[in-house]
Amino acid sequence: MIIVLSKDTLVIQKEQDVVPFRNRIKEYAVKIGMGLVNQTKLITAASELVRNMLRYGGGGTTIIEVVSKGRENGIRLTFQDKGPGIKDIQQAMKDGFSTGKSLGLGLPGARRLVNEFDIKSVVGKGTTVIVTKWKNG
Amino acid sequence: MKVDISKLLQKKKKQILEQWMNNQLADESLREDLMSNDELRIQSEELLNALVTSVNNRNIDDAQSPDFDTTIEILSGISISRARQGYSPKETGIYVFSLKDAILQTLQEEIKTDPVTLYTVSFKVGKLIDSFGVTTFETFIKGREEVILRQTDEIAEISTPVIRVWDGILALPIIGTLDSARTQVVMENLLQQIVDSGSSIAILDISGVPAVDSLVAQHLIKTVSATRLMGAECIISGIRPEIAQTVVHLGIDLSNIVTKASLASALRYAFTMLQLEVRKTAKEKNSL
Repeated sequence: MIIVLSKDTLVIQKEQDVVPFRNRIKEYAVKIGMGLVNQTKLITAASELVRNMLRYGGGGTTIIEVVSKGRENGIRLTFQDKGPGIKDIQQAMKDGFSTGKSLGLGLPGARRLVNEFDIKSVVGKGTTVIVTKWKNG
Repeated sequence: MKVDISKLLQKKKKQILEQWMNNQLADESLREDLMSNDELRIQSEELLNALVTSVNNRNIDDAQSPDFDTTIEILSGISISRARQGYSPKETGIYVFSLKDAILQTLQEEIKTDPVTLYTVSFKVGKLIDSFGVTTFETFIKGREEVILRQTDEIAEISTPVIRVWDGILALPIIGTLDSARTQVVMENLLQQIVDSGSSIAILDISGVPAVDSLVAQHLIKTVSATRLMGAECIISGIRPEIAQTVVHLGIDLSNIVTKASLASALRYAFTMLQLEVRKTAKEKNSL
Protein backbone atom coordinates (compact mmCIF):
# COMPACT_ATOMS: atom_id res chain seq x y z
CA MET A 1 0.00 0.00 0.00
CA ILE A 2 1.29 3.42 -0.92
CA ILE A 3 0.88 6.26 1.56
CA VAL A 4 1.30 9.86 0.43
CA LEU A 5 3.36 11.80 2.95
CA SER A 6 3.36 15.19 1.27
CA LYS A 7 2.05 16.73 -1.88
CA ASP A 8 3.12 19.74 -3.86
CA THR A 9 1.59 21.08 -7.05
CA LEU A 10 3.42 23.25 -9.56
CA VAL A 11 2.11 24.75 -12.77
CA ILE A 12 4.53 24.64 -15.70
CA GLN A 13 3.80 27.07 -18.47
CA LYS A 14 7.12 28.26 -19.76
CA GLU A 15 10.72 27.15 -20.08
CA GLN A 16 11.65 29.26 -17.04
CA ASP A 17 9.46 27.09 -14.80
CA VAL A 18 11.60 24.01 -15.44
CA VAL A 19 14.57 24.96 -13.26
CA PRO A 20 12.51 25.79 -10.13
CA PHE A 21 10.61 22.55 -10.68
CA ARG A 22 13.80 20.52 -10.80
CA ASN A 23 15.14 22.26 -7.72
CA ARG A 24 11.94 21.43 -5.87
CA ILE A 25 12.32 17.75 -6.75
CA LYS A 26 15.91 17.85 -5.59
CA GLU A 27 14.84 19.34 -2.26
CA TYR A 28 12.40 16.50 -1.66
CA ALA A 29 14.86 13.88 -2.84
CA VAL A 30 17.51 15.19 -0.44
CA LYS A 31 14.95 15.29 2.37
CA ILE A 32 14.14 11.59 2.07
CA GLY A 33 17.84 10.79 1.82
CA MET A 34 17.96 9.65 -1.79
CA GLY A 35 21.45 8.95 -3.12
CA LEU A 36 23.11 11.25 -5.63
CA VAL A 37 22.81 8.83 -8.54
CA ASN A 38 19.11 8.20 -7.99
CA GLN A 39 18.56 11.92 -7.48
CA THR A 40 20.18 12.67 -10.79
CA LYS A 41 18.21 9.92 -12.52
CA LEU A 42 14.93 11.20 -11.12
CA ILE A 43 15.71 14.80 -11.97
CA THR A 44 16.77 13.87 -15.50
CA ALA A 45 13.60 11.82 -16.04
CA ALA A 46 11.53 14.70 -14.70
CA SER A 47 13.38 17.06 -16.97
CA GLU A 48 12.57 14.91 -20.02
CA LEU A 49 8.91 14.62 -19.12
CA VAL A 50 8.45 18.25 -18.25
CA ARG A 51 10.07 19.28 -21.53
CA ASN A 52 7.72 16.97 -23.42
CA MET A 53 4.83 18.52 -21.58
CA LEU A 54 5.97 22.01 -22.55
CA ARG A 55 6.80 21.20 -26.11
CA TYR A 56 3.93 18.94 -27.13
CA GLY A 57 1.29 19.61 -24.48
CA GLY A 58 1.66 23.38 -24.22
CA GLY A 59 2.43 23.23 -20.51
CA GLY A 60 0.45 21.68 -17.70
CA THR A 61 0.42 20.76 -14.06
CA THR A 62 2.97 18.72 -12.12
CA ILE A 63 2.49 17.08 -8.76
CA ILE A 64 5.45 16.12 -6.57
CA GLU A 65 4.57 13.61 -3.86
CA VAL A 66 6.65 11.95 -1.21
CA VAL A 67 5.25 8.43 -0.97
CA SER A 68 5.92 5.51 1.30
CA LYS A 69 5.43 1.82 0.66
CA GLY A 70 6.32 -0.41 3.57
CA ARG A 71 9.84 0.54 4.55
CA GLU A 72 10.68 2.22 1.32
CA ASN A 73 10.28 5.93 0.71
CA GLY A 74 10.16 7.44 -2.70
CA ILE A 75 9.05 10.30 -4.87
CA ARG A 76 6.12 10.15 -7.21
CA LEU A 77 5.75 12.71 -9.96
CA THR A 78 2.64 13.36 -11.99
CA PHE A 79 2.71 15.31 -15.24
CA GLN A 80 -0.63 16.33 -16.60
CA ASP A 81 -1.27 18.29 -19.76
CA LYS A 82 -4.29 19.10 -21.85
CA GLY A 83 -2.44 18.89 -25.15
CA PRO A 84 -3.26 16.95 -28.31
CA GLY A 85 -2.47 13.57 -26.75
CA ILE A 86 -0.37 10.73 -28.15
CA LYS A 87 -1.88 8.62 -30.94
CA ASP A 88 0.33 5.57 -30.65
CA ILE A 89 1.84 5.20 -27.21
CA GLN A 90 3.80 2.07 -28.13
CA GLN A 91 5.50 3.92 -30.94
CA ALA A 92 6.17 6.94 -28.72
CA MET A 93 7.83 4.67 -26.17
CA LYS A 94 10.26 3.34 -28.77
CA ASP A 95 13.86 4.57 -28.78
CA GLY A 96 14.57 7.05 -31.48
CA PHE A 97 11.00 7.91 -32.40
CA SER A 98 10.19 11.60 -32.42
CA THR A 99 7.58 13.74 -34.09
CA GLY A 100 9.74 16.75 -33.27
CA LYS A 101 13.38 17.02 -34.21
CA SER A 102 14.73 15.63 -30.97
CA LEU A 103 16.71 12.45 -30.30
CA GLY A 104 13.53 10.54 -29.48
CA LEU A 105 14.88 9.37 -26.15
CA GLY A 106 12.69 11.37 -23.79
CA LEU A 107 9.89 8.92 -22.99
CA PRO A 108 11.78 5.62 -23.30
CA GLY A 109 14.79 7.13 -21.51
CA ALA A 110 12.65 8.45 -18.68
CA ARG A 111 11.09 4.99 -18.29
CA ARG A 112 14.53 3.46 -17.86
CA LEU A 113 15.52 6.05 -15.28
CA VAL A 114 12.63 5.48 -12.87
CA ASN A 115 11.18 2.44 -11.09
CA GLU A 116 7.54 2.80 -12.03
CA PHE A 117 6.24 4.42 -15.15
CA ASP A 118 2.66 4.87 -16.20
CA ILE A 119 1.41 6.80 -19.21
CA LYS A 120 -2.15 7.48 -20.22
CA SER A 121 -3.12 9.55 -23.19
CA VAL A 122 -6.39 10.41 -24.87
CA VAL A 123 -6.16 12.01 -28.31
CA GLY A 124 -7.57 15.50 -28.14
CA LYS A 125 -7.82 15.45 -24.33
CA GLY A 126 -4.25 15.31 -23.08
CA THR A 127 -1.59 13.11 -21.55
CA THR A 128 -0.84 12.07 -18.00
CA VAL A 129 2.45 10.50 -16.99
CA ILE A 130 3.04 9.20 -13.46
CA VAL A 131 6.51 8.06 -12.43
CA THR A 132 7.86 6.80 -9.12
CA LYS A 133 11.46 6.55 -8.00
CA TRP A 134 12.18 4.71 -4.79
CA LYS A 135 14.93 5.91 -2.51
CA ASN A 136 16.95 2.72 -2.99
CA GLY A 137 15.41 1.71 -6.28
CA MET B 1 -26.58 71.50 -6.19
CA LYS B 2 -24.45 70.64 -9.14
CA VAL B 3 -20.71 71.13 -8.96
CA ASP B 4 -18.49 71.63 -11.96
CA ILE B 5 -15.60 69.45 -10.95
CA SER B 6 -13.35 70.83 -13.65
CA LYS B 7 -13.77 74.44 -12.57
CA LEU B 8 -13.52 73.59 -8.93
CA LEU B 9 -10.27 71.72 -9.39
CA GLN B 10 -8.85 74.41 -11.67
CA LYS B 11 -9.59 77.02 -9.07
CA LYS B 12 -8.17 75.02 -6.22
CA LYS B 13 -5.24 73.55 -8.07
CA LYS B 14 -2.65 75.40 -6.05
CA GLN B 15 -4.24 74.42 -2.80
CA ILE B 16 -4.45 70.77 -3.84
CA LEU B 17 -0.83 70.76 -4.86
CA GLU B 18 0.21 72.25 -1.53
CA GLN B 19 -1.90 69.75 0.31
CA TRP B 20 -0.55 66.88 -1.78
CA MET B 21 3.04 67.96 -1.24
CA ASN B 22 2.39 68.25 2.49
CA ASN B 23 0.89 64.77 2.52
CA GLN B 24 3.90 63.39 0.71
CA LEU B 25 6.45 65.21 2.82
CA ALA B 26 4.70 64.14 5.99
CA ASP B 27 4.81 60.52 5.01
CA GLU B 28 7.53 58.51 6.69
CA SER B 29 8.31 56.47 3.65
CA LEU B 30 9.36 59.55 1.62
CA ARG B 31 12.55 58.70 -0.21
CA GLU B 32 14.59 61.86 -0.13
CA ASP B 33 17.60 59.73 -1.01
CA LEU B 34 16.11 58.86 -4.39
CA MET B 35 14.53 62.15 -5.38
CA SER B 36 14.89 65.71 -4.10
CA ASN B 37 11.83 67.59 -2.92
CA ASP B 38 12.08 70.04 -5.81
CA GLU B 39 12.04 67.26 -8.35
CA LEU B 40 9.14 65.66 -6.57
CA ARG B 41 7.28 68.95 -6.69
CA ILE B 42 7.84 69.39 -10.42
CA GLN B 43 6.73 65.83 -11.07
CA SER B 44 3.65 66.20 -8.92
CA GLU B 45 2.70 69.52 -10.46
CA GLU B 46 2.96 68.11 -13.97
CA LEU B 47 0.72 65.19 -13.10
CA LEU B 48 -1.83 67.37 -11.32
CA ASN B 49 -1.92 69.84 -14.22
CA ALA B 50 -2.63 67.05 -16.66
CA LEU B 51 -5.33 65.62 -14.48
CA VAL B 52 -7.04 68.93 -13.78
CA THR B 53 -7.10 69.98 -17.41
CA SER B 54 -8.52 66.71 -18.63
CA VAL B 55 -11.12 65.93 -15.99
CA ASN B 56 -14.72 67.19 -16.32
CA ASN B 57 -18.18 66.16 -15.20
CA ARG B 58 -18.63 64.01 -18.27
CA ASN B 59 -15.59 61.79 -18.14
CA ILE B 60 -15.08 61.49 -14.40
CA ASP B 61 -16.85 58.13 -14.39
CA ASP B 62 -14.70 56.71 -17.10
CA ALA B 63 -10.99 56.29 -16.43
CA GLN B 64 -10.58 54.67 -19.86
CA SER B 65 -11.72 57.86 -21.60
CA PRO B 66 -9.23 59.14 -24.20
CA ASP B 67 -9.27 62.48 -22.35
CA PHE B 68 -7.02 60.89 -19.74
CA ASP B 69 -4.43 59.62 -22.18
CA THR B 70 -1.97 62.39 -21.30
CA THR B 71 -2.47 61.87 -17.60
CA ILE B 72 -1.95 58.13 -17.88
CA GLU B 73 1.08 58.68 -20.06
CA ILE B 74 2.68 60.96 -17.48
CA LEU B 75 1.71 58.55 -14.73
CA SER B 76 3.21 55.60 -16.58
CA GLY B 77 6.40 57.58 -17.15
CA ILE B 78 6.65 58.40 -13.46
CA SER B 79 5.90 54.83 -12.51
CA ILE B 80 8.48 53.29 -14.84
CA SER B 81 11.17 55.75 -13.85
CA ARG B 82 10.40 55.02 -10.20
CA ALA B 83 10.67 51.30 -10.79
CA ARG B 84 14.11 51.83 -12.31
CA GLN B 85 15.20 54.14 -9.50
CA GLY B 86 14.41 51.43 -7.00
CA TYR B 87 11.21 52.68 -5.40
CA SER B 88 9.04 50.01 -3.83
CA PRO B 89 5.53 49.49 -5.26
CA LYS B 90 4.14 50.68 -1.93
CA GLU B 91 5.93 54.00 -2.21
CA THR B 92 4.69 54.51 -5.74
CA GLY B 93 1.19 53.55 -4.67
CA ILE B 94 1.26 55.98 -1.76
CA TYR B 95 2.36 58.72 -4.13
CA VAL B 96 -0.78 58.35 -6.24
CA PHE B 97 -3.15 57.72 -3.38
CA SER B 98 -1.94 60.74 -1.43
CA LEU B 99 -3.23 62.84 -4.33
CA LYS B 100 -6.66 61.41 -3.66
CA ASP B 101 -6.45 62.48 -0.03
CA ALA B 102 -5.45 65.98 -1.09
CA ILE B 103 -8.33 66.34 -3.55
CA LEU B 104 -10.85 64.92 -1.11
CA GLN B 105 -9.71 67.29 1.60
CA THR B 106 -10.16 70.24 -0.73
CA LEU B 107 -13.56 69.02 -1.87
CA GLN B 108 -14.63 68.67 1.71
CA GLU B 109 -13.81 72.29 2.41
CA GLU B 110 -15.50 73.51 -0.77
CA ILE B 111 -18.75 71.56 -0.60
CA LYS B 112 -19.37 71.79 3.10
CA THR B 113 -23.06 72.54 2.87
CA ASP B 114 -24.21 69.70 0.65
CA PRO B 115 -23.32 66.24 1.95
CA VAL B 116 -25.03 64.39 -0.92
CA THR B 117 -23.07 66.20 -3.62
CA LEU B 118 -19.90 65.90 -1.56
CA TYR B 119 -20.44 62.19 -1.32
CA THR B 120 -21.14 61.72 -5.04
CA VAL B 121 -18.19 63.82 -6.14
CA SER B 122 -15.82 62.23 -3.62
CA PHE B 123 -16.93 58.79 -4.67
CA LYS B 124 -16.27 59.54 -8.32
CA VAL B 125 -12.89 61.16 -7.69
CA GLY B 126 -11.94 58.24 -5.47
CA LYS B 127 -12.83 55.72 -8.12
CA LEU B 128 -10.98 57.62 -10.84
CA ILE B 129 -7.78 57.86 -8.84
CA ASP B 130 -8.04 54.23 -7.74
CA SER B 131 -8.05 53.17 -11.36
CA PHE B 132 -5.03 55.42 -11.94
CA GLY B 133 -3.40 53.63 -9.05
CA VAL B 134 -3.98 50.29 -10.74
CA THR B 135 -2.44 51.63 -13.94
CA THR B 136 0.58 52.68 -11.90
CA PHE B 137 1.04 49.18 -10.58
CA GLU B 138 0.76 47.70 -14.02
CA THR B 139 3.41 49.95 -15.47
CA PHE B 140 5.50 49.62 -12.35
CA ILE B 141 5.61 45.86 -12.78
CA LYS B 142 6.34 46.28 -16.47
CA GLY B 143 9.27 48.51 -15.57
CA ARG B 144 10.59 45.90 -13.16
CA GLU B 145 10.14 43.14 -15.72
CA GLU B 146 12.25 45.09 -18.16
CA VAL B 147 14.98 45.24 -15.55
CA ILE B 148 14.74 41.47 -15.06
CA LEU B 149 14.82 40.80 -18.81
CA ARG B 150 17.90 42.93 -19.20
CA GLN B 151 19.60 41.08 -16.37
CA THR B 152 18.70 37.74 -17.93
CA ASP B 153 20.38 38.85 -21.13
CA GLU B 154 23.41 40.00 -19.20
CA ILE B 155 23.67 36.71 -17.34
CA ALA B 156 23.43 34.82 -20.61
CA GLU B 157 26.26 36.96 -21.94
CA ILE B 158 28.65 36.64 -19.04
CA SER B 159 28.00 33.01 -18.22
CA THR B 160 29.68 31.66 -21.33
CA PRO B 161 33.28 32.79 -21.34
CA VAL B 162 35.70 31.17 -23.73
CA ILE B 163 39.12 30.79 -22.14
CA ARG B 164 42.41 30.27 -23.95
CA VAL B 165 44.13 27.77 -21.74
CA TRP B 166 47.03 27.15 -24.09
CA ASP B 167 48.13 28.06 -27.57
CA GLY B 168 45.60 26.30 -29.73
CA ILE B 169 43.46 25.03 -26.86
CA LEU B 170 40.21 26.72 -25.83
CA ALA B 171 38.17 25.85 -22.75
CA LEU B 172 34.54 26.68 -22.25
CA PRO B 173 33.13 26.02 -18.79
CA ILE B 174 29.35 25.72 -18.91
CA ILE B 175 27.52 26.49 -15.69
CA GLY B 176 23.78 26.04 -15.30
CA THR B 177 21.23 24.47 -17.58
CA LEU B 178 21.85 24.33 -21.29
CA ASP B 179 18.73 25.34 -23.14
CA SER B 180 18.35 26.14 -26.82
CA ALA B 181 19.00 29.85 -26.43
CA ARG B 182 22.10 29.26 -24.34
CA THR B 183 23.47 26.63 -26.67
CA GLN B 184 23.18 29.17 -29.44
CA VAL B 185 25.24 31.70 -27.47
CA VAL B 186 27.77 29.04 -26.46
CA MET B 187 28.13 27.80 -30.01
CA GLU B 188 28.50 31.26 -31.50
CA ASN B 189 31.11 32.29 -28.93
CA LEU B 190 33.05 29.08 -29.31
CA LEU B 191 33.09 29.02 -33.10
CA GLN B 192 34.05 32.68 -33.27
CA GLN B 193 36.89 32.14 -30.81
CA ILE B 194 38.13 29.15 -32.81
CA VAL B 195 38.44 31.40 -35.82
CA ASP B 196 39.94 34.34 -33.92
CA SER B 197 42.54 32.33 -32.05
CA GLY B 198 43.20 29.70 -34.67
CA SER B 199 42.73 26.99 -32.09
CA SER B 200 42.44 23.36 -33.04
CA ILE B 201 41.09 21.92 -29.79
CA ALA B 202 38.08 23.04 -27.76
CA ILE B 203 37.22 21.65 -24.35
CA LEU B 204 33.59 21.92 -23.23
CA ASP B 205 33.47 21.51 -19.48
CA ILE B 206 30.08 20.52 -18.14
CA SER B 207 31.00 20.20 -14.45
CA GLY B 208 28.55 22.97 -13.68
CA VAL B 209 25.60 21.51 -15.57
CA PRO B 210 23.24 20.02 -12.98
CA ALA B 211 21.59 17.41 -15.21
CA VAL B 212 22.18 16.12 -18.69
CA ASP B 213 18.92 15.09 -20.31
CA SER B 214 18.36 14.23 -23.94
CA LEU B 215 17.87 17.87 -24.95
CA VAL B 216 21.13 18.99 -23.32
CA ALA B 217 22.89 16.00 -24.90
CA GLN B 218 21.47 16.90 -28.27
CA HIS B 219 22.75 20.46 -27.88
CA LEU B 220 26.19 19.15 -26.89
CA ILE B 221 26.30 16.84 -29.91
CA LYS B 222 25.36 19.73 -32.18
CA THR B 223 28.07 21.93 -30.71
CA VAL B 224 30.66 19.19 -31.18
CA SER B 225 29.58 18.61 -34.79
CA ALA B 226 29.78 22.32 -35.56
CA THR B 227 33.25 22.51 -34.00
CA ARG B 228 34.39 19.59 -36.12
CA LEU B 229 33.09 21.27 -39.24
CA MET B 230 35.38 24.17 -38.37
CA GLY B 231 38.29 21.74 -38.37
CA ALA B 232 38.77 21.68 -34.63
CA GLU B 233 38.44 18.77 -32.24
CA CYS B 234 36.02 19.04 -29.33
CA ILE B 235 36.43 17.31 -25.98
CA ILE B 236 33.67 17.17 -23.40
CA SER B 237 34.96 17.14 -19.85
CA GLY B 238 33.51 17.23 -16.37
CA ILE B 239 31.27 14.20 -16.68
CA ARG B 240 30.39 13.24 -13.14
CA PRO B 241 29.70 9.60 -12.20
CA GLU B 242 25.98 10.14 -11.68
CA ILE B 243 25.71 11.96 -15.01
CA ALA B 244 27.50 9.10 -16.76
CA GLN B 245 25.02 6.58 -15.35
CA THR B 246 22.06 8.72 -16.27
CA VAL B 247 23.26 9.23 -19.82
CA VAL B 248 23.67 5.47 -20.24
CA HIS B 249 20.19 4.78 -18.90
CA LEU B 250 18.71 7.43 -21.13
CA GLY B 251 20.29 5.65 -24.08
CA ILE B 252 22.20 8.65 -25.40
CA ASP B 253 25.10 7.67 -27.62
CA LEU B 254 28.11 9.86 -26.93
CA SER B 255 30.63 7.29 -28.15
CA ASN B 256 31.64 9.43 -31.14
CA ILE B 257 32.70 12.20 -28.83
CA VAL B 258 35.86 12.32 -26.78
CA THR B 259 34.73 12.63 -23.17
CA LYS B 260 36.81 12.99 -20.02
CA ALA B 261 35.96 13.02 -16.33
CA SER B 262 37.84 16.19 -15.49
CA LEU B 263 39.14 19.29 -17.15
CA ALA B 264 42.67 18.22 -16.16
CA SER B 265 42.47 14.95 -18.03
CA ALA B 266 40.92 16.70 -21.01
CA LEU B 267 43.84 19.13 -21.02
CA ARG B 268 46.31 16.27 -20.79
CA TYR B 269 44.61 14.61 -23.73
CA ALA B 270 44.77 17.86 -25.68
CA PHE B 271 48.49 18.17 -24.95
CA THR B 272 49.04 14.67 -26.29
CA MET B 273 47.12 15.52 -29.43
CA LEU B 274 49.28 18.60 -29.95
CA GLN B 275 52.39 16.53 -29.14
CA LEU B 276 53.20 18.65 -26.15
CA GLU B 277 54.68 17.37 -22.95
CA VAL B 278 54.52 18.75 -19.45
CA ARG B 279 57.53 17.90 -17.32
CA LYS B 280 58.90 18.73 -13.92
CA THR B 281 62.00 20.81 -14.24
CA ALA B 282 65.02 18.81 -13.17
CA LYS B 283 66.48 20.16 -9.97
CA GLU B 284 70.18 20.76 -9.72
CA LYS B 285 71.87 17.59 -8.62
CA ASN B 286 74.11 19.09 -5.99
CA SER B 287 71.13 20.31 -4.00
CA LEU B 288 70.46 16.70 -2.94
